[in-house]
Amino acid sequence: MTATSPDRAVTARPAAQPPNYLTEGGSTLRSWLLTHDHKRIAILYALTITVFFFFGGAAAAMIRLNLVTPPGIFAADTYNRLFSIHGIVMVWFFLIPSIPNTLGNFLLPMMIGAKDLAFPRINLLSWYLFVAAGVVALFAVIAGGVDTGWTFYTPFSTMYSNSYVILAISAVFISGFSSILTGLNFIVTVHRLRAPGMTWYRLPIFVWSNYSTAIILVLATPVLAITLALLAVERLLQVGIFDPALGGDPLLFQHLFWFYSHPAVYIMILPGFGVISEVVPCFSRKPIFGYKFVAWASVSFTAVSFLVWAHHMFVAGMSVYAALVFSLLSYIIAVPSAIKVFNWTATLHKGWISFDAPMLYALGFIGLFTTGGLSGLFTANLAFDVHVTDTYFVVAHFHYIMVGGMVSAYFAGLHFWWPKITGRIYHEWWARIAALLIFVGFNLTFFPQFILGYLGMERRYHSYPPEFQFWNILSSAGASILALGYVMPLFYLTWSLYRGQRAGANPWAATGLEWTTPSPPPKHNFDKTPTVTRPPYQYRPEPEPQDAQGHA
Amino acid sequence: MNQGIHFLPETASAHAGEMDWLFAGLMITSAMILALVFGLMVVFCVRYRRNSGAERGNRLGKTWRVEVGWTAATFVLFLGLYFWGANLYLKLHRPPDDTTDIFVVAKQWMWKVEHPGGQREINELHVPVDRPIRLVMTSQDVIHDFAVPAFRIRRDVLPGRYESMWFRPTKVGQYRLFCAEFCGTEHAHMTGIVTVMEQGDYQRWLDAQGPGETLVAQGAALFRQYGCSGCHGPASTVHAPPLEGLFGRPVPLADGSMVTADEGYIRDSILLPKSRIAAGYPAVMPSFDGQIGEEDLFKIVSYVKSLGNASPGTGERPAP
Ligand code: HEM
Ligand SMILES: [Cu+2]
Repeated sequence: MTATSPDRAVTARPAAQPPNYLTEGGSTLRSWLLTHDHKRIAILYALTITVFFFFGGAAAAMIRLNLVTPPGIFAADTYNRLFSIHGIVMVWFFLIPSIPNTLGNFLLPMMIGAKDLAFPRINLLSWYLFVAAGVVALFAVIAGGVDTGWTFYTPFSTMYSNSYVILAISAVFISGFSSILTGLNFIVTVHRLRAPGMTWYRLPIFVWSNYSTAIILVLATPVLAITLALLAVERLLQVGIFDPALGGDPLLFQHLFWFYSHPAVYIMILPGFGVISEVVPCFSRKPIFGYKFVAWASVSFTAVSFLVWAHHMFVAGMSVYAALVFSLLSYIIAVPSAIKVFNWTATLHKGWISFDAPMLYALGFIGLFTTGGLSGLFTANLAFDVHVTDTYFVVAHFHYIMVGGMVSAYFAGLHFWWPKITGRIYHEWWARIAALLIFVGFNLTFFPQFILGYLGMERRYHSYPPEFQFWNILSSAGASILALGYVMPLFYLTWSLYRGQRAGANPWAATGLEWTTPSPPPKHNFDKTPTVTRPPYQYRPEPEPQDAQGHA
Repeated sequence: MNQGIHFLPETASAHAGEMDWLFAGLMITSAMILALVFGLMVVFCVRYRRNSGAERGNRLGKTWRVEVGWTAATFVLFLGLYFWGANLYLKLHRPPDDTTDIFVVAKQWMWKVEHPGGQREINELHVPVDRPIRLVMTSQDVIHDFAVPAFRIRRDVLPGRYESMWFRPTKVGQYRLFCAEFCGTEHAHMTGIVTVMEQGDYQRWLDAQGPGETLVAQGAALFRQYGCSGCHGPASTVHAPPLEGLFGRPVPLADGSMVTADEGYIRDSILLPKSRIAAGYPAVMPSFDGQIGEEDLFKIVSYVKSLGNASPGTGERPAP
């Protein structure tokens, strides 16, 4: 493909295009690595997490390959390192930063009519911390890997593991600082930099959900940092904190870990809610149903997400009374999730629905997230959880939420705002095929795992009894379709950069301040600070071309 | 346990049957919600696609009634499921009085089992059908988890303390036992077989294991060997609590609280005597932490338990 050579690309760009954030300030490596522009930093993040996504994906491919035949092809230790690195990379180096740090970084200031985030330099620092964390994680893998799983349960991780635990937790520890800085930046930005007229109830839901996510990042991440620091102290200095042989308490770690990691699940899904709440109204040409309910549901997640951590520990030796309380709280928090699903569905009612790629990804999200959420009713159920905890039922449950949900939402958002980010339109037909493949491949991969889990196949097994083989083969076959679906966007999106049609300011005829500025946007987003006079989502049945000039 | 396509696990305990009903209840509820959401989505997507001529009329204006309606409906439905599951979970945590207690020690990467009669086995567990069995479990190293899918039970096995779990097998046969908490390299091979036998077969199996000494008898010997009897024995002059009738009774502690003397309390009293001091006694007992291995410890605990059975029914501890 000669079209991808860099000089062709430059000449292909007409000189008439107005200056934008990609051209202003130069295109040298230096100008990118020292940029303070939230949009460029968003691009840096996008590139970095793409690398991690495919790295974690490669590990997943090897896991699924190993599980086709019961004895497996890898040695037990190799397999244990594979699923550990898969989990660690996917959680901390892909999911947590995915939507907030790419789409959020790019869009949050534009959506509220600001020139940049509140602290542009801190934003850049946060990316460097993230990269440093990634380098440490990769170093841990090269040095020989880690075999604790992404949960680092003690006393295995502190006293018994012979792998690079300290390196791995250092990577996670450093990435935590990146999260905290991003969270602070978002919170201050939303409070201080809203354009005139941009009241709280005029904020797009995407802003509400990223704001809620930021609060969780700031409140929960320090707990993780402290927990990992304690782990390091026990492992390095043999101070008894978690290991009973040294006088510690093995459950203490789990309480601390899940006190962070349960809210972290909402870090991994709330931004997805935000994306879907933008895409569905746009392609239904209707305001979102129950705006205030959806906005406040996001905020209520933030609060309740801190109250249910121990539902990961129903069989771990907690008291029966604690289990009863945590299960009840989990059922209560399921209510706002259900409301969101109903609201998106109701938004479709009496709309003018079109099925462009972002909408297909969004509809896929609703289906998969609903399935994942309903399986949460099972795992939050005390007696049922006793049977399926630590089995593939749980693996399926969290993949439906995190992969079916969040990754679909990320793709929906990436396609929706791609024209804004790059100024180009991708090939619609390929994008729809990919969305379809991902949906089918995903269900084929993970639905059999619900059955496997109910049959009793435990997770983190490199080898299993023969009666589980049929469903494992099915799951691995699905995974290859899914992998194909995930690779396709890499090609057609890259292709669009060189050959895609020019997008214009507002190709979807969407409302929202980000669509009132040219694509790609100029360096400071807006020529003059916009004044907001209307609530979001003022959609009309038929797209009106003059919307491209802004709805204000 | 043959190859082929399986949709449901075997059902081999009383609890498993009840759990399957709960499963059915959860399935029906979620299938209904799923059908509702998917159904509406598909119907709306077809009916209101951009170029369809469907009547849009005036669009929904006021929404709060709808919101409150489905919020309340969801809430009530979820609460029902919660109580169902919680009730069954409570049952799973309330063993009947006449259980046979079997002791399980987990270590990387095997299950060591000890029967009350002193019979031992590794990665296997033989139990009689239709009898309530209670497992008292501990680990020698990391956290493991004892899981038998055919019985629908599992529970983490932690180092440094006793966890217990009970079941009543209802079907003779062999069932898989798994370690369900990741515990290191050979985690996937830390598996075993639970064999459920007719009562008579079980007795014959026990006898065939050789006439070992019972756990209680072994515990009694250890009780003397480690010097416990020096203070707690009937002839002792030290002011130490007598252990007869202790097991299962509430014990007043020096700090004013009460504990029930279960296996965990007895274990802690031996290893960490300073942590919970019985009211009215000086804290003079030395710690045996690091001196008594898990298996000996359990024998001593069994012996102390057997003393409890010697004077049943008074409900009061002998005065100090
Ligand atoms: C794309 C296809 C994927 C496949 C086929 C796949 C497969 C698997 C499998 C089989 C396991 C279970 C390992 C075990 O417990 O033995 C697993 C674990 C896990 N996966 Fe994935 N996965 C995929 C994508 C993802 C993505 C995109 C994420 C997050 C964004 C993710 C997050 C996780 C996590 C957190 C674990 C737990 C790891 C642990 O047990 O420590 N996976 N995955
Ligand atoms: Cu184990």
